[in-house]
Amino acid sequence: MGLFIDQFFNGIGTGVVYASVALALVIIYRTTGLLNFAQGEMALFSTFVTWWFTDQGLGIVPALLVSIVLSFIAGGLIERIIIRPVEGPTKNPLSVVIITLGMFLAINALAALIFIKPGQEALQMPLLFPSGDVPGIGIQKAIVGRAAVLAIECLLLWILLQKTKIGLSLRAVASNPESAKLVGINPGAMLMLGWALAAALGAVAGTLAASRGTGAFDTSLMQQVLVFSFAAAALGGFDSPLGAVVGGLIVGVADSLTIQYVGFLDGIELAVPFALILIVLLVRPNGLFGRNIVERV
Amino acid sequence: MSLIELRAVSGGYGQVNVLEKLSLSVDEGEVGVILGANGAGKTTTLRAICGMLDRCSGEVIFDGSSISGSATQAIARAGIAHVPQGRGTFGDLSVDENLRLGAISRKDQGTEADLDRWYEAFPRLAERRTQAAGSMSGGEQQMLAIARALMSRPRLLLLDEPSLGLAPLITRDLFDRLGEINRTEGLTMLVVEQNAGLALEIAHRGYVLETGRIVAQGTSDELAADEDVRKAYLGF
Repeated sequence: MGLFIDQFFNGIGTGVVYASVALALVIIYRTTGLLNFAQGEMALFSTFVTWWFTDQGLGIVPALLVSIVLSFIAGGLIERIIIRPVEGPTKNPLSVVIITLGMFLAINALAALIFIKPGQEALQMPLLFPSGDVPGIGIQKAIVGRAAVLAIECLLLWILLQKTKIGLSLRAVASNPESAKLVGINPGAMLMLGWALAAALGAVAGTLAASRGTGAFDTSLMQQVLVFSFAAAALGGFDSPLGAVVGGLIVGVADSLTIQYVGFLDGIELAVPFALILIVLLVRPNGLFGRNIVERV
Repeated sequence: MSLIELRAVSGGYGQVNVLEKLSLSVDEGEVGVILGANGAGKTTTLRAICGMLDRCSGEVIFDGSSISGSATQAIARAGIAHVPQGRGTFGDLSVDENLRLGAISRKDQGTEADLDRWYEAFPRLAERRTQAAGSMSGGEQQMLAIARALMSRPRLLLLDEPSLGLAPLITRDLFDRLGEINRTEGLTMLVVEQNAGLALEIAHRGYVLETGRIVAQGTSDELAADEDVRKAYLGF
């Protein structure tokens, strides 16, 4: 039983990363109706930026904060400069898919070029949280810390989306872009904001993904994460931020428990999240928290 | 003096021209109505004012300055509220959020007072404050769309077929309210409407549109007395 609980919490620790990336995917999907295949590699680049600042002598927490701000700006610029020209009602919707796939490869290559010296295998990310258990409850400090980061992320996002005028504008553009214009909202600014938020979430996700175990990471850091995060978003419902978080944690836990109990079938853990999703989507095609949109006319 | 004026506006979607050198104007404080059959270009006329056509030539003048070529959101912020056909509510947002979005571009502090005011005027909306707009009936959504437009404190209100899909009694009530708002607030309106009888009742001036051209115009009394208009749009 103790082993089960340990593996459960390990799964939560990994699930936090899937949840953050899935949140980023959901934000872009809701504002632009687009699956951002480059999300994982954008997060990878942000992770290298965090690492670079720690390498310059900054502590990991300030380095992460700087990386979040820079990623926020870069995310907005990517929307404006790369995505906007190929996106829109009169353009072919597939071209933007190809663009994000191209960015997937390009950003990965660019990160390797800038940050990895020839002959270097992996980089070393300092750990965000101390090792050891939280006294009294027998859960690793790192897992509690990672869960807290996710909780803070969700809280800030919720405040932004539900309690501010700018969040209301963002949701209005996601709901009905034409009517949003008719009340005076500039949809372009909101799309930039959506991408900026997604990139900032990616910076957190990537840094969390690297900052565990030994802290060693390379350019393949986010590739499996992206696939699992897509799985998490599908599981939770692509239009639901809450679904993304719950989906991410479920995928993390499922992954971790499979490795523990069915580990003799090498690689089975890769198949489990997808089996899970298949079952859920058969029963609930919009995902666990996705809306079944009912509109009266 | 006219608050909104279209001067020889032509335009449409893709390669198709819907409007052919169309000119009309509505004076400050007046209600103008555009009558016409389906496909005559009524909706397109309103969309031309709001900068929502693929192509548009000629000039649109609002309050003395040209708004041709401006972005839709800039035109909205300049004081033109447009209630589109099909109402254009934010279906998955609550009634309250829809109304707040109406006032989102305003810089003043009067949003809460205006909310109270329109909730009082439309008690059905107050009852459904937290409900998703898309789950309400057609009449309620039309009230919401109009209340949202009024929340922006517009100088010009454009209404596209407000009676579409509504029961006759509800339509009657809607036009009574619109007439009252025009009289008490002096709000200028341009209404596109199939129900010519009701529309002419609250209107000061009317235009009859056929295949993108104005074929008749005049005061609402003149139009109501015109035999062609009566036969075609009033049915007697």
